[in-house]
Amino acid sequence: MAIEVRIPTILRQYTGGQKAVQATGSSLGSLIDDLEAQHPGIKARLVTDSGALHRFVNVYVNDEDVRFTGALDTGLSDGDEVTILPAVAGG
Amino acid sequence: MRYASLLDAFGDTPLVGLPRLSPAEDVRLWAKLEDRNPTGSVKDRAALYMVQAAEKDGLLRPGSVIVEPTSGNTGISLAMVARLRGYRLICVMPENTSVERRLLLETYGAQIVSSPAAGGSNQAVATAKELAAANPDWVMLYQYGNPANAQAHYETTGPEILRDLPTVTHFVAGLGTSGTLMGAGRYLREQRPDLQVVAAEPRYGELVYGLRNVDEGFVPELYDPAVLTTRYSVGSREALRRTRQLIETEGIFAGISTGAILHAALGVAEKAVAAGESAEIAFVVCDGGWKYLSTGAYGGTLDDAERALEGQLWA
Repeated sequence: MAIEVRIPTILRQYTGGQKAVQATGSSLGSLIDDLEAQHPGIKARLVTDSGALHRFVNVYVNDEDVRFTGALDTGLSDGDEVTILPAVAGG
Repeated sequence: MRYASLLDAFGDTPLVGLPRLSPAEDVRLWAKLEDRNPTGSVKDRAALYMVQAAEKDGLLRPGSVIVEPTSGNTGISLAMVARLRGYRLICVMPENTSVERRLLLETYGAQIVSSPAAGGSNQAVATAKELAAANPDWVMLYQYGNPANAQAHYETTGPEILRDLPTVTHFVAGLGTSGTLMGAGRYLREQRPDLQVVAAEPRYGELVYGLRNVDEGFVPELYDPAVLTTRYSVGSREALRRTRQLIETEGIFAGISTGAILHAALGVAEKAVAAGESAEIAFVVCDGGWKYLSTGAYGGTLDDAERALEGQLWA
């Protein structure tokens, strides 16, 4: 089950400079574990020691913020698109 | 309608139906035309409330200097209010914002301090905080954390929508300072507990995020996720496509952030249709398109327009 994950510039040091990588997982949590297996070090930038998303990291599945869809338990299916972005100011 | 002054003429904006864009008889979209405010954007409400609150608290006195980080509309609204109330305004703005916004601010007599494009709005906030700290007599209203920002929408935008659309099921607005969503969203959910509050957050081109560190991000102090039911990230291409669709199908000439909001509203509408549910979806038209004409958003191909917006803060 391949899912495309878009990586922000600041985290591309872990993906050999790739803007998007493929990973697998039936939930966002397992997808991040798979990302970590392929790109060691990336998980600690996304998830805290207590297992929650970092405050200033936003993750979207098909453009929907996962904090409103179950966070790391958000289910994933083949063809879903995951986007990781730093939180920025608006207004 | 007659008002004592321009300041009294804010709010009470029209809520117009979108019969062509609404996907079904019982799934309807309604546009809250916030471009019909004194300076042409939703930010007039927050600016007026923040200044009034600061006056009441004794922070602002005649001749006071206001400093505010803003990517544009809040600055323009504050510039108008400052003019009428006798304050000086200094706006800290990222340099990658449209030329019209700068010209308008200058026309109103505001002073602009540019912050580096690479730092975006986060840097503008940091710079404004430094300026305020170095000049203790300056007043930073700080739209990202000022309760009067959300209160303006709690007391005006929310009640107006409920008055005009008592059957409202969804409220969709842009997420910047989060003032509109927190204020109107909170009010509407109190009145209609099943109401869904949907945030549309602009997703800029890569250049804007380029140097952002995920460990030093920014979440407005006003933001409370408990008020929201869903939050969408909308890219510049979808925002542009919907902005054009709005003018082509319904004749509404709106700014680019409104396209992003419409995209989220249509997504919600499609979900309702698929689920066989009825829906009355009110969304915010933040401003008109005038200030973005120079960005190329409205002409040429979508590819060209998307390229032109790369690196720009369009919301």
